[in-house]
Amino acid sequence: MAFKSYVLVCGGTACQSSKSDEIYKNFITELEAAGIKEDVQVVKTGCFGFCEKGPIVKVLPDESFYVEVNPTDAKEIVAEHLVKGRQVKRLLYQGEETKKHAKVEDIAFYQKQFRIVLRNCGVINPEDINEYIARDGYAALEKVLFEMTPDQVINELKISGLRGRGGAGFPTWLKWNFTKQVNDSPKYIVCNADEGDPGAYMDRSTIEGDPHSILEAMIIAGKTIGSNKGYIYIRAEYPLAIHRLDIAIKQAKELGLLGKDILGSGFDFDIELRLGAGAFVCGEETALLASIEGERGMPKPRPPFPAVKGLWQKPTVINNVETWANIPVIILRGGAWFANIGTEKSKGTKVFALTGKIRNSGLVEVPMGTTLREIIYDIGGGIINGKKFKAVQTGGPSGGVITAEYLDTPIDYENLQKLGSIMGSGGMIVMDEDDCMVDIAKFYLGFTVDESCGKCAPCRVGGRQLLNYLDKISKGKATRDDITKMRQIGNAMKRASLCGLGQTAPNPVLSTLTYFEKEYLAHIDDRTCPAGKCKDLITYSILPEKCIGCGLCARRCPVNCITGEKRQPHVIDRSACIKCGECYSVCKFGAVVRK
Amino acid sequence: MTTATEPVKLTAGLQQFIAEWKDRPGNLIMILHKVQEEYGYVPRPVAIQLSKELDVPLAKIYGVITFYHFFKLRKPGKNKISVCLGTACYLKGGEDLLHELETLLGTGVNSTTDDGIFSIEAVRCVGCCGLAPVLMVNHEVYGKVKKDQLADILAKHRES
Repeated sequence: MAFKSYVLVCGGTACQSSKSDEIYKNFITELEAAGIKEDVQVVKTGCFGFCEKGPIVKVLPDESFYVEVNPTDAKEIVAEHLVKGRQVKRLLYQGEETKKHAKVEDIAFYQKQFRIVLRNCGVINPEDINEYIARDGYAALEKVLFEMTPDQVINELKISGLRGRGGAGFPTWLKWNFTKQVNDSPKYIVCNADEGDPGAYMDRSTIEGDPHSILEAMIIAGKTIGSNKGYIYIRAEYPLAIHRLDIAIKQAKELGLLGKDILGSGFDFDIELRLGAGAFVCGEETALLASIEGERGMPKPRPPFPAVKGLWQKPTVINNVETWANIPVIILRGGAWFANIGTEKSKGTKVFALTGKIRNSGLVEVPMGTTLREIIYDIGGGIINGKKFKAVQTGGPSGGVITAEYLDTPIDYENLQKLGSIMGSGGMIVMDEDDCMVDIAKFYLGFTVDESCGKCAPCRVGGRQLLNYLDKISKGKATRDDITKMRQIGNAMKRASLCGLGQTAPNPVLSTLTYFEKEYLAHIDDRTCPAGKCKDLITYSILPEKCIGCGLCARRCPVNCITGEKRQPHVIDRSACIKCGECYSVCKFGAVVRK
Repeated sequence: MTTATEPVKLTAGLQQFIAEWKDRPGNLIMILHKVQEEYGYVPRPVAIQLSKELDVPLAKIYGVITFYHFFKLRKPGKNKISVCLGTACYLKGGEDLLHELETLLGTGVNSTTDDGIFSIEAVRCVGCCGLAPVLMVNHEVYGKVKKDQLADILAKHRES
């Protein structure tokens, strides 16, 4: 039965937290009440990516894009749009750049995007395998099972130029080929869904929006390298993604796409979920494998690489979620098609989680070679509150900052590395003039020190030492000598640490030192924090000429250190002040100043 | 602290899970997840019992529990508040939310209120960076949270 219209309600984690479940239910009730439930299908989809404006509802076929929808709005959309054919103008997305009747293709946020990995997110119901199949799902698997030899599959990947999206960018075909060539069995396929990088959630959204694409890719890999067993290692902190994978595995088994004798080809493949337990280091492949084995997630020296001795000492292909999601498309459309997208050495697209001080935060997928400026200004809409751009951080705790002068650099693996950052998993955090670079470095290093597994000394001891120096700097107690020592320790960690976590942990410090040395020196020489973030270096005071004596700050002060007569200028007792900044943010007259 | 060495009765759900997973390789972490789901944390008597049933040294079980942040050795409050301190939330004031909660509840991070109703922890990224700053109460996510909303959020969960 064909429907006249479709209502797509975002069911990603972010929109669900803003009651998209209730919106979905209300649509069903309202459609029934209006007597048109036979004509309109309501679909709960995966993430649209435009999380800033959630919850999002899209109505097809006219592509109306409703944002910040309330559960109670369902009634109006049904009565006006679906019954009378009139868009509900007040809920339509309104960008800086367009008028109010924006269709999806008019929205700047989507215009420069190109979706391969997120092709089905926000389009299909991730809990229904038939919708995936209707969008060419499992067609690539069929091709691999019946029309292609394993060598042809690997060759197609080689032509595509696909590189691992989890961090270092190792060519995917090489990994598969190594594993295929090892004469040992059984072999294993592993999906790394342990997205521990703070500020990154592309893997979560991909799984929540399109779980079958991961399953299909893993089965393809199994057939190609000769493995019958796959594991998906996923964070326990992602309950919705786990739930959708469970459903997907069950449905795939029911249709004979997973399990024994897949589609009558004689090939068996099974996939099992294993839950992570909150250890960042488990994103490192050898640590992840140890964790699947039920051990503490400590990395091992490589070589031997997992391709030779991986899970239970057997050959293992391990790729991250985004890499897997690309595979079915490459098989179906061909490696050459994929290789046409991107730059010379980095092919295809990359998904970024654009967050921080940005107007349109959300998930964006762009061709490799797109510039940071296009992502931040054209897609992201620029900085919030009219502040000045200061830096963008990529690669999370393993990456570094990039400053305004490099905004026109085309993004690919090599260019980011040249700038002292890395591609990483795809976190992209925008910072403005209020963010202190010493504080940022301290934040990331605090994270890696917390997450260091403690196995090797360069990471365990070096990280702690670096953090101590940063702490001294933020308290105004450091000397210029300390900066030299920090550089030495950082470089030693890079060279001597056992795994990627330790080798990249100093990056946030070293890169902020490179680009923002002046800011460090201000903390050291002048004992000031130019961004006003480091508490030990700032003081709050009230300008008597601006203070009207409303007393709001005094009432809000948690330690009661502000005094003054009514309608008379107030005074802050600095000896008691805890520098929480409450007075600074509540004053409506700009009378409280921070120095 | 209890020095229970006598075998404890495990919940039926857990017993069934152990029976299902006992002979599968690498089962320890999955079983610990189930323990935590049933009890809210990993009680020592249960860990001792697991050691016997799985024939794994108790030291190894504790080695694994203490390595992973997710596993808890102390009972959490009835309502678990997780304040996200991922990068995006940190930049947008996640730490302020944490301090305000500490003040409102009169207890520190990683601890439980005296009445056992709330416990607070700081977590690294719950994956809703577009909604920063974010906090979770049990499984409910609150996005773009402002300090003055916290009292209402607490009140809502205190009653339920």
